[in-house]
Amino acid sequence: MNGRFIDNLGRVYFLYTGGFVVFILIMAILEQLGMSAATIGILFVSFTIAIYAIIGYLSRTMQVDAYYVAGREVPALYNGMATAADWMSGASFVALAGGIYFGGYPYLGFVVGWTGGYVLVNSLMAPYLRKFGCYTVPDFIATRYGGNAARLVAVIILVVASFTYVTAQINASGTIAARALQIPFEFGVWFGLAGILLCSMLGGMRAVTWTQVAQYIVLIIAYLVPVIWMSNKQDFGIIPHFSYGDAVQRIQELEPLVGLGTAATESFGRLSILTTPHNDPTGGMDSWRFVTLALCMMAGTASLPHILMRYFTTPSVRQARKSVAWSLLFIFLLYFTAPALATLTKLQLLDPNLATAVIGKSFEEVSNLAWIQNWANVGMLAISDSNADGILQLNEFFMRPDIVVLATPEIAGLPFVISGLVAAGGMAAAMSTADGLLLAIANALSHDLYYKIIDPKADTKHRLIVARVLLIGIGAAAALVASLQLTGILGAVAWAFCFACSGLFFPLVLGIWWKRANRQGALAGMIIGFLAGTFYLYYVRTGGTPILGLDHLRFGIVGMAFSLVSMVAVSLLTEEPDAETQAMVDEVRIPSGKMVIEAH
Amino acid sequence: MPEPTEETRRKHWGKTKNLTIVVLVIWAVFAFILPWNAKGLNELSFLGFPLGYYFTVQGSLIVFVLLIFFQNWRQDSIDDEFGVSEEEK
Repeated sequence: MNGRFIDNLGRVYFLYTGGFVVFILIMAILEQLGMSAATIGILFVSFTIAIYAIIGYLSRTMQVDAYYVAGREVPALYNGMATAADWMSGASFVALAGGIYFGGYPYLGFVVGWTGGYVLVNSLMAPYLRKFGCYTVPDFIATRYGGNAARLVAVIILVVASFTYVTAQINASGTIAARALQIPFEFGVWFGLAGILLCSMLGGMRAVTWTQVAQYIVLIIAYLVPVIWMSNKQDFGIIPHFSYGDAVQRIQELEPLVGLGTAATESFGRLSILTTPHNDPTGGMDSWRFVTLALCMMAGTASLPHILMRYFTTPSVRQARKSVAWSLLFIFLLYFTAPALATLTKLQLLDPNLATAVIGKSFEEVSNLAWIQNWANVGMLAISDSNADGILQLNEFFMRPDIVVLATPEIAGLPFVISGLVAAGGMAAAMSTADGLLLAIANALSHDLYYKIIDPKADTKHRLIVARVLLIGIGAAAALVASLQLTGILGAVAWAFCFACSGLFFPLVLGIWWKRANRQGALAGMIIGFLAGTFYLYYVRTGGTPILGLDHLRFGIVGMAFSLVSMVAVSLLTEEPDAETQAMVDEVRIPSGKMVIEAH
Repeated sequence: MPEPTEETRRKHWGKTKNLTIVVLVIWAVFAFILPWNAKGLNELSFLGFPLGYYFTVQGSLIVFVLLIFFQNWRQDSIDDEFGVSEEEK
């Protein structure tokens, strides 16, 4: 190929996508020839990880600009794909549809929140931060407000939020690796970490960018193909997204018939029965809980450094904006598929007119189904004829919410190659998010803490070596915490968003939108917001009654309220920022001209 | 390119602010007001979906995507109007 890699992106990724499709077809043929399901799973996961590692190796660099911001030459479309992979975590891929399946209307706050947040990113943050020209989010805070204290506080909040998030991702990659490669979970975690570091260590942001584009392609194919295939096989329409309204209404008809809401008389550890109606908002408190959850997730989206720093990599402000639009479009493809998946899978299990139904069937027949046995064997599903009537009722069917996506191909009777594909997709989703998060933490520590605060005279080579050592150290620490399995995946993810928006949302927004915001105000906003949120989390987790229904998933509301009030009050009570700072804010607001921080 | 004058900056930022406010109002309607009223909206139906449900799983999401493309198109022309766009690389 002629020319630089960056000039050939279209061709490279087109060939890559074609190659991946051929690989899937080869696996499908091998399955027909009798290759075992386990071997197919191993091949899928190891083949894709090998590709990412090769991309990571080819993108190695010893330049600061390439390591921190991918040389600021990533075109909008590709940055959109990379952001989408960065964004959609193992939790989105594996747990979102399961959450909708079990959670009904209250859970949909996540779906609206995790997409609507990009409107905030685009209108309030991304283009201005790109114009600013920082390497990291604390870099912006420190330059806009001045002083190492502000930088240090921003670094601390970033580390807490991102570290909470990354342990959940490494946990997810470990779970998938363990299942696909049939190794113990503890090994799976370290295996997943090795794959993640292979992608990011040598080339920093540049390597992460190009592997994330590759990971997006794998994960979106792996999410859409099974749903569309299942829909066609079960006659729900060629493209199910626009035609599953009838399925929603049918489920609502069936719910009273199958006895939804009848409590289980037995319990199986972390497995649960379906009790929440598919679509039954009750208004009042229900609505309040929906919008507070959505608001926390949206403000968190606009404050999470691993997302914001993706927009530092585009060639221009206009490209940064454009890439936010692409990001959301690519994310949307998965988010508007997840509810279709949850609905159709539920209907297949409930509707007695469908061959796939299990509820209302004879207990013996259901317990002989291959997919029921497979998942029951690994403890992710259980059925028990509690009332001994020989029929399986809804309150006798237990499963773990996060297996909905993974089990759908088997429920619908698709070939195993699809399950292998889904495992590779889940792995791509978890790895790409973990990569972005680890890099955000390591970069903040190496650039902001080490270079800007501890040793400002460090040379390039030294800085980049420190960055890599930190990356490995933090990765190892995260894997260690992940292997302890302290929190569920979803809880940890929501906490990360709440930590980020409690401490960083208003200091970032007001830094651009309110000239009067000053250092004292920003410090107060970060410290008081973050501490208020954290104390409130501690209060509800140690048995305190949630105030106004704000539980541990929504503590960001408390944090943000304290952050806003204290930041505005303290700013107004202290001196306004000097003329130089105000001119800097003016400069950030127009796309033309030089970046505000030009020389590092 | 000449430095933009104070006057240009002020007008450019004024228009940018107005656009941002419009965008955020539309955003708030689809992010909060419609999902808040999902119960009432479910009485209506759209493409076979209960309407309140439709917005939370698809309608609002589509609006968010279109909204960002719309905002960028308007913002680009505001930047061009005041001559503060970047030189194309």
